[in-house]
Amino acid sequence: MLKFFAEYVTYSLIGLEQGAHLADAIEFFIYDTIKIFLLLSIIIFAVSIIRSYFPPEKTKKILSHKKEFIGNVLAALLGIVTPFCSCSAVPLFIGFVEAGVPLGVTFSFLISSPMVNEVAIVLLFGLFGWKVTAIYIGTGLLVAIFGGLIIGKLKLEKWVEEYVYTFHDGQEYEILKQSFRERLQYAKDSTIDILKRIWLYIIIAIGIGGFIHGYVPEDFLVRYAGPGNPFAVPIAVLLGVPLYANAAGVIPIVYALMEKGLSMGTVLAFMMAVTALSLPEMIILRKVLKLPLLAVFVGIMTVTIIAVGYLFNAIL
Amino acid sequence: MEIKVLGPGCPNCSMMEELVKKAVKELGIEAKIDKVNDIREIMKYTMSTPGLVINGKLKHAGKPLPSLEKVKELIKAAV
Repeated sequence: MLKFFAEYVTYSLIGLEQGAHLADAIEFFIYDTIKIFLLLSIIIFAVSIIRSYFPPEKTKKILSHKKEFIGNVLAALLGIVTPFCSCSAVPLFIGFVEAGVPLGVTFSFLISSPMVNEVAIVLLFGLFGWKVTAIYIGTGLLVAIFGGLIIGKLKLEKWVEEYVYTFHDGQEYEILKQSFRERLQYAKDSTIDILKRIWLYIIIAIGIGGFIHGYVPEDFLVRYAGPGNPFAVPIAVLLGVPLYANAAGVIPIVYALMEKGLSMGTVLAFMMAVTALSLPEMIILRKVLKLPLLAVFVGIMTVTIIAVGYLFNAIL
Repeated sequence: MEIKVLGPGCPNCSMMEELVKKAVKELGIEAKIDKVNDIREIMKYTMSTPGLVINGKLKHAGKPLPSLEKVKELIKAAV
């Protein structure tokens, strides 16, 4: 039906000739835009309802005093469904530490949350299919689990700012009660809120897919980060670290890079570096972490993401 | 009435403050509105910012922000 609608708009409303390249591109654009926005609305709505059952207060309770590994796995998974705005990273971090969530487990949560989320999932699914999406989710979780595990093993608690440990009043926060109706309202607000912030990026991404498809000339990126270069992955990751965008913002770039012939592993590693490591987030985290811990965090993430990139280039 | 807007200074927190000011003005209520930046003070109530505290009780926490109508309702309920 969607396909029919896209054809109708292209050939009857705009009146383009069938078979012309521009017409194909426009049809593809309309079809993809509607498909992805429908998918996004449905999935963000569904995830938001799930989210309303996992406020950070509850996640904190689930994770407190959990053993390593199990704790890291749970934290990485909860990172997907716990709503959290990067501006509340500091209270969240303090809250976790205060509640006895191990440091490495806290990191697993902080790594997975911006990297693996519903927006990334829908966009990857809509543009690249389920296989790439599954790979991205799987490795994103692995990076979060192992990144957190390593930080936990290194026993770096001494490099957390001292004042973080002075919050021990052991109080539990009240979890605001919500009726199911309120949850639906919350999900609706949240869906509109997210769509408002990302719609432009999505249109750009789809536009790149529709109009540049097959046209993009080989250029310097391919020469330096193309499949032939053994250092493609580290170069892409190092380029990605200083860049900052959320999962929606990075998708147009990812699409363009794929079109230019970069291999999947290189591109996924790039996307992870952009979403999981960002300067603004580092500045926020610096309020609770001393510089050496922050450096270790960035270092471990960089190395793990590069490893993932190589792994995929090798098996795909 | 005492209203506190909790937030370490992100765009969402400023939006929340504007929302509360507007709601108070439209309702024509006397209220003292405080913007709370101090992390210790914030963490007395919640870990999820932006937060809204009316007369010492947490009424909203986290994203997305409540609508203007919802904020008005919360304020009216506390009068």
